[in-house]
Amino acid sequence: MIMHFEYDIEGGDFSKAGNVSSLLKKTLKQLVGNHKIVKRIVVSMYEAEVNVVAHAYSGKVIIDIDTDKISIQVNDKGPGIEDIEQAMQDGYSTASEQVREMGFGAGMGLSNIKNNSDEFELNSTVGEGTELKIVAYLKNL
Amino acid sequence: MRIKEVVDIVKGKVVCGKDWIDAEVQKGFASDLMSDVLTLDTDNILLITGLANLQAIRTAEMSDIACIIFARNKKVSKEMIELAEENQMVLIECACSVFKTAGELYRAGIKPVF
Repeated sequence: MIMHFEYDIEGGDFSKAGNVSSLLKKTLKQLVGNHKIVKRIVVSMYEAEVNVVAHAYSGKVIIDIDTDKISIQVNDKGPGIEDIEQAMQDGYSTASEQVREMGFGAGMGLSNIKNNSDEFELNSTVGEGTELKIVAYLKNL
Repeated sequence: MRIKEVVDIVKGKVVCGKDWIDAEVQKGFASDLMSDVLTLDTDNILLITGLANLQAIRTAEMSDIACIIFARNKKVSKEMIELAEENQMVLIECACSVFKTAGELYRAGIKPVF
């Protein structure tokens, strides 16, 4: 493993939403350069970060950068997702009015994360929280 | 088209990134929904939006968008300028509607993303 990072995300604080993604982008640009994969990964990270801020009380991000892949885990403490299949459907959202005013909450985030990742795993326990794990392979660099 | 020509066409005001107005943009996208912007994989685009908040700047940062036009007379905040400067972005305030801004730029040769 080349690098390992851990960050905390505060739920509800939109002024900081994107801080982790921004740090990840700067790191990846140095390591990988201006490759399309960097945009795919940071967009996924940003969508996941916004999800934690919008829906959870707090979250932890664990990023592992390897020579051939980047793995991101986002574990949050929050209400959880009752029906993951439904949550994955484009257009389905439980976001608040405040989140929609921020330019999100259109029910597109989870499927956009999936589209930008090579591996995608989402598990949730209602009343406890949600775990997202994504992997992007660097094979085509 | 250079960003400075874009500024003239929309009769806009550059509020951040004057040093980068010689950069080129080929395509444009207009949306108030940042979720839609985050699904684009096109490079070198300008964003026209009526959503003036920090998340518009963050979205542009993640999407490699170097120029944002804030239409409908929306005002850019100090926090937005700080974040945009960090990412070498050009921010333009414009009094026109999103529809008119997009229309004028389309007529002048800016291509749609799709």
